[in-house]
Amino acid sequence: MSPTTAGPVLSAEGVSFAFGTQSVLEQVGLQLAPGEFTALVGPNGAGKSTLLRIVLGLLTPQAGRVQLFGVPPRRLRDRWRLGYVPQRPRLAPDLPATVEEVVGAGRLAKQGWWRRSRPADRAAVGHALESVALDELRDARVGELSGGQQQRVLIAKALASEPELLILDEPTAGVDAQSQRLFRDSLVHLLREHGAAVLLVSHELGAVADDLDRVIVLRRHVLFDGKPSDLADTGVSLGVHPDDLPRWLEELRPDLTENGG
Amino acid sequence: MPGMPWPLPWPFDTTYMQLALVAGVVVGVSAPLIGTFLVQKRLSLLGDGIGHVAVAGVGAGLLLGTAPIWTSLVVAVAAALAIEWLRARGRTPGDLALAIFFYGGIAAGVVLAGRSATNTNLQPYLFGSILTVAENDVYTVIGLGAVIVAAIAVTRRALLAVVLDEEASRVAGIPVAALNALLAALTAVTVAAAMRVTGVLLVAALMVLPVATSRVLAGSFRSTTLGAAGVGVVAVVLGLAAAREWALAAGGSIVLVTVALFAAASVAAALRRGRTPDAGTLLSGPG
Repeated sequence: MSPTTAGPVLSAEGVSFAFGTQSVLEQVGLQLAPGEFTALVGPNGAGKSTLLRIVLGLLTPQAGRVQLFGVPPRRLRDRWRLGYVPQRPRLAPDLPATVEEVVGAGRLAKQGWWRRSRPADRAAVGHALESVALDELRDARVGELSGGQQQRVLIAKALASEPELLILDEPTAGVDAQSQRLFRDSLVHLLREHGAAVLLVSHELGAVADDLDRVIVLRRHVLFDGKPSDLADTGVSLGVHPDDLPRWLEELRPDLTENGG
Repeated sequence: MPGMPWPLPWPFDTTYMQLALVAGVVVGVSAPLIGTFLVQKRLSLLGDGIGHVAVAGVGAGLLLGTAPIWTSLVVAVAAALAIEWLRARGRTPGDLALAIFFYGGIAAGVVLAGRSATNTNLQPYLFGSILTVAENDVYTVIGLGAVIVAAIAVTRRALLAVVLDEEASRVAGIPVAALNALLAALTAVTVAAAMRVTGVLLVAALMVLPVATSRVLAGSFRSTTLGAAGVGVVAVVLGLAAAREWALAAGGSIVLVTVALFAAASVAAALRRGRTPDAGTLLSGPG
């Protein structure tokens, strides 16, 4: 499946947001092209999750404009084009659902939430399970899986609708090394086979650093937006520990961090 | 109903037991279908709260001389939607919202019933009177049960998605608010349907306990749902048989059978895993 849009899959212009008097985002702008693999990084409290919720249509910005596939997020009708993996597995430990049932729930955006599954839907669910190497556990109860396996279940759930833009919020936080490697493989598979764009919000870019097309550094403002190699040229490592992020951000763009905090 | 009494063995060899069996089986299937989603959403007490509110509807029915099943249906659906509205807005905690309706409903029911000219006893509606259920009531229960089964058949995939993650479901374009409101309304319909079977004070047991029993043993959400309906039917059949054999209150007998089935399933699951069940296992299942 190739993207059906010629323009950017995601664009944001002049986006600002505040919780009360606490400014979280100021004049943020970014664009994602089809098939592009972009990482959004920044320290805790930088506004990454708020920006994500605005992009997903869960929050409305106080200023600025966001478009998904050329329309405002809440007016996007073909919701299957957008895949979303939340920050942490929220699967209740006593949930009596199988891996296949959970992944199948991710297909509803494409098959229609009121429709029965057709062969094409079951095939897409099977394909999503294979892409995260969980096809052998399809009948297992999700509550009995490890944290890393549960996170891969949620990634497969997002892949099941064959999205054109996949947004992942800290998908590998607290996940073991094997799951991180499988996670990387499934993202590369999505990029190469489906031509989908990926927006990855993460502190831990080590597993995917070599595959990234772009890095956006956020701290209320966009501090950097460019190729990973350009970021590396400034002397900043993508493997930097999140606790060190504020310090290297200050070194990178002292003008913004002094004014913007 | 046509052809009654049907040629069924004891204890279902009389017309009144067969009417009770039909009404009981319909409720035994439909209440756990709703309960499967309530339990996963940590809303096990919603049925109990709506059951108490339905008492106001019973009181209104007795006062107005209308069939209490219809007045309690209207009151219960309105209350269910109000409780869900309060819960979704997040301004009133779920348990506090329930408590307000819970006490207000039962107090209004007592006051309204006390004002009725006939001063009819509330007890058959509070604890059920399935052995005196009339044919018209059975048809009403069948109709309400059909609504519940059909609604769950259409929405069960989407309801599971909402149970898994409300936010991700919103992003996927699933109408989360409408589905939550539908589930609350169906809970109210179940309360009305079960009014003559277990009574409004015990109806929540038939929504929750068969689900708790089924998910101890089932391997999937689908089998949990179907298994819970099966447990509900078994509980109705055994409860009615016990009620006839030993002249027990039928509604209470049905609920006690669901408690016994849950205990047996928990022990069986623990033995299957090769250890003695503890209190935590009994209360939380295998997950």
